[in-house]
Amino acid sequence: MPVNVRIPTPLRKLTHDEEVVETSAETIGAAIADLESRYPGIQDRLVDESGEVRRFVNVYVNEEDIRFLDNKDTALKDGDEVSIIPAIAGG
Amino acid sequence: MKALRCRECGQEYPLEARHVCEFDFGPLEVVYDYEAAKGRLTREAIEQRPHSMWRYAELLPIAGEPTVGRQVGFTPLIKADRLAARLGIRELWIKNDAVNYPTLSFKDRVVSVALSRAREMGFEVVACASTGNLANSVAANAASAGLTAFVFIPNDLEKGKVVNSLIYDANVIGIKGHYDEVNRLCAEIAGKYNWAFVNVNMRPYYAEGSKSQGFEILEQLGWKIPRHTVVPMASGSLLTKIHKSYQEAVKVGLVDEAEYSVHGAQATGCSPISTAYKEGQDFFKPVKPDTIAKSLAIGTPADGFYALKVFQETGAASDDVTDDEIREGIRLLAETEGIFAETAGGVTVGVAKKLIASGAIPADDSAVLCITGNGLKTLDAVENHAGDTKEIAPSLREFDALLDSDKELAAATK
Repeated sequence: MPVNVRIPTPLRKLTHDEEVVETSAETIGAAIADLESRYPGIQDRLVDESGEVRRFVNVYVNEEDIRFLDNKDTALKDGDEVSIIPAIAGG
Repeated sequence: MKALRCRECGQEYPLEARHVCEFDFGPLEVVYDYEAAKGRLTREAIEQRPHSMWRYAELLPIAGEPTVGRQVGFTPLIKADRLAARLGIRELWIKNDAVNYPTLSFKDRVVSVALSRAREMGFEVVACASTGNLANSVAANAASAGLTAFVFIPNDLEKGKVVNSLIYDANVIGIKGHYDEVNRLCAEIAGKYNWAFVNVNMRPYYAEGSKSQGFEILEQLGWKIPRHTVVPMASGSLLTKIHKSYQEAVKVGLVDEAEYSVHGAQATGCSPISTAYKEGQDFFKPVKPDTIAKSLAIGTPADGFYALKVFQETGAASDDVTDDEIREGIRLLAETEGIFAETAGGVTVGVAKKLIASGAIPADDSAVLCITGNGLKTLDAVENHAGDTKEIAPSLREFDALLDSDKELAAATK
């Protein structure tokens, strides 16, 4: 059972309108690289020049913010759910 | 209104229900025609208009006339001499949104804009992620406008805030988690259902409503920018919009340019923004909230980055207060000015006290404190800290005996 990645509306043009895509990567960083190989351009939208996840992007693994885990090194295993969510919302 | 524009890269978008830039996820903001506003939004014109937030309509983001919340705003600005004496400052003002119409918090401002705009766009279902006050306001204003409301709240909110949403027959969904989890879920729901989520896809319009509190402060001070303003921070949105209202008022010629500082107040149990300020960082670390100021319990504040920029640009400071200091702030405001604020108000008063004591707000200066919500909604936070009633039989003899036995009461009769 692979890892499901939920794609936010602003990125769905890149994923051909797919809301959920699968990956078998073992970390968040590797998952972003894997998405880039299939959906060119997506990495630039998620990661800044220094390789960090962008300021206005939140990434969650099973509902936990990766900044409370190991950021891009956060490990993934079969069955995990990854959500990519614009940070600007709420309040 | 001319367009939506990304605050980071400047990319423009049409005036639709969309809140982030497709390219860098930056926040979208409404672009106005300031030249046109300058001609129409004069002091004289404003002073002829009804006493509501809509007297500044040229700088609020709806296309036509407001259809929701026409009576919202223009809350009292009180000169708080007794509190000023206690805090040790020359001049102090309270902007009292604890009596905003109709749901007793500043959120009625943002909701009347968001729902008026949602109606213009043809939405019939409105929704929000809320720490309580926003849910109350969306529920009430949707009821009066005949819109269907879905409000999403953490399941551990104060009873007052839960009942205050349910009574309007809104669909209230309690989420087993804190606000940041509610918010994440709502971002996903907003991506799937075509609703007007006031603080997700409608956020560029919604957030602008907060500027009206700033415009009112300027007008009520006799068209002057206050030297110091202290604003409570959850997402940081209100603080950035009050700052923006001061900038815009200068731009359209309503007030003269002046030096001013917009300070930010948080609860120590959820203080990602004030912590970043104190550590000299320009970014914040998310936190898991643990505070009685539940209305401010946002651990991942959307506008935290921009709030930090406001401190830098206006030479302002930020600080935070403990739960005990929050309760003390609530009591202080109540005892000196007769205003019962919710926990966020205790945060604002408590932080103002600290900033005055530290000199960040000099004692010979003047400050405005923004009180954003009503204490009747957060009774749980103070009910065991407000003292007890003294019970007696309906007998004069018992009352006399009570005075004899209770020194404090006896002193009060002098």
